[in-house]
Amino acid sequence: MKLYTKDHEWVVIEGDTATFGITDHAQSQLGDIVFVEVPEVGKSVDKGGEAAVVESVKAASEVYAPLAGEVIEANTKLADDPGLVNLEPETGGWFAKLKIAAGADTSDLMDEAAYQAFVASL
Amino acid sequence: MTTDATLRTPLYDAHVALGARMVPFAGYDMPVQYPAGILAEHTWTREHAGLFDVSHMGQAFLVGPDHATTAAALEALIPAAIVELAPGRQRYSQLTDADGGILDDLMVSRPTDAPDGTLFLVVNAACKDADYAHIAAALPANVSLRPLDDRALLALQGPEAEAVMVALGAPVAAMKFMDTAPVTVAGLDVHVSRSGYTGEDGFEVSVAAADAPRLWDSLLADPRVKPIGLGARDSLRLEGGLCLYGHDIDTTTSPVEGALEWSIQKRRRVDGGFPGAARVQAELANGPARRRVGLTFDGRQPAREGAEIATKDGRIVGRVTSGGFGPTLQAPVAMGLVETAFAAPGTELDVLVRGKALPARVATLPFVPAGFRR
Repeated sequence: MKLYTKDHEWVVIEGDTATFGITDHAQSQLGDIVFVEVPEVGKSVDKGGEAAVVESVKAASEVYAPLAGEVIEANTKLADDPGLVNLEPETGGWFAKLKIAAGADTSDLMDEAAYQAFVASL
Repeated sequence: MTTDATLRTPLYDAHVALGARMVPFAGYDMPVQYPAGILAEHTWTREHAGLFDVSHMGQAFLVGPDHATTAAALEALIPAAIVELAPGRQRYSQLTDADGGILDDLMVSRPTDAPDGTLFLVVNAACKDADYAHIAAALPANVSLRPLDDRALLALQGPEAEAVMVALGAPVAAMKFMDTAPVTVAGLDVHVSRSGYTGEDGFEVSVAAADAPRLWDSLLADPRVKPIGLGARDSLRLEGGLCLYGHDIDTTTSPVEGALEWSIQKRRRVDGGFPGAARVQAELANGPARRRVGLTFDGRQPAREGAEIATKDGRIVGRVTSGGFGPTLQAPVAMGLVETAFAAPGTELDVLVRGKALPARVATLPFVPAGFRR
């Protein structure tokens, strides 16, 4: 199940694991990404809390956790190849995997059709 | 037109047609990048020729009865020597306030094709109204400021800029860095200066607003030329070690703190006679409290404006005034103001970013060697 936030993160939920990153729309708005700070394994993140930072040539932007959970894996490839987020934002440019916290709430997340409509409305 | 409406340059339609992302900047709707993106635009300018619309900047004539009178009137406001400025030459300077702070930085040139007693000024967009009021209020009765609201300004920057201009009929090959001349390019009468804001060789071209779209199209028709937005303009000037007013220098920094004393010629250092001269002369003699420096980093993480600069034992000794990722260097670069004791090249410091200390060291500016035709 792939869902989206209003802050332009995507999250794929498989069982109790959530993989997240930023959307193609987000990377196109940010432009050339030159640095990504992914969260450390073991870190607990709150829903909507700061989970990562992406930096384009122009500016730094925070990336928020789409769900509460504990980081179980981070995409270490992004340290050497931050441009992967531009090239493959919703596949190879994933940021981290979370073990979803008990009772995590997905009710405010959008499906793809709703997200595309949201982007079109911006 | 209301005063708070976003203004457009004569090239607005051209930017939109090229797919530029337009952003508000200094009251104007300006292209921050084109579809190629900042990294590609930056690299293209370093390797070929980049075309910039900088028509938001202020252009004005300062007109008096003769050169000595006009130059003296301007020297009362800036620390550069203008009396000695030869026809067809340009100098960089700053408008200073009574405390020696910088109100704006500007280019001053002495046109060869205007009546004696004419100087041409280019000032920053965000400051131009305040600059004009400040200058006009200080002028003697026989010198007047004439803002040129009907002119556009284009910059063609990069190692192939000269060849592009020559191919369009502009006799600019013999011009040196900071020369200015009236020329014809693509059949249009323009004023060029061999200067810019990228650290590369290149030209700034002042053209009648009505002719600007034709000049833009003629330059872009050359395959060596691509349009470049404000995003790459910023990364290019940062690698070039060039100050951005309102960031690296402002009313709290003197020209000496800004490491701009190279722009104060000897006569002015000795005689003063500009606002804040006492502070500038004292700083030249004894050293300033702070100094603008370049910073390089061990890692890939950029430090942005406002980040604190600390000694290795954690004492805050300055802050970043401009910072980002240098596409040519493929590394983060920054400029900052630090206490003078920590301003020597090679000094090891930390820059604090989101609670982390990034190891950094003071570097000589520019980061990328200048390509100017001296």
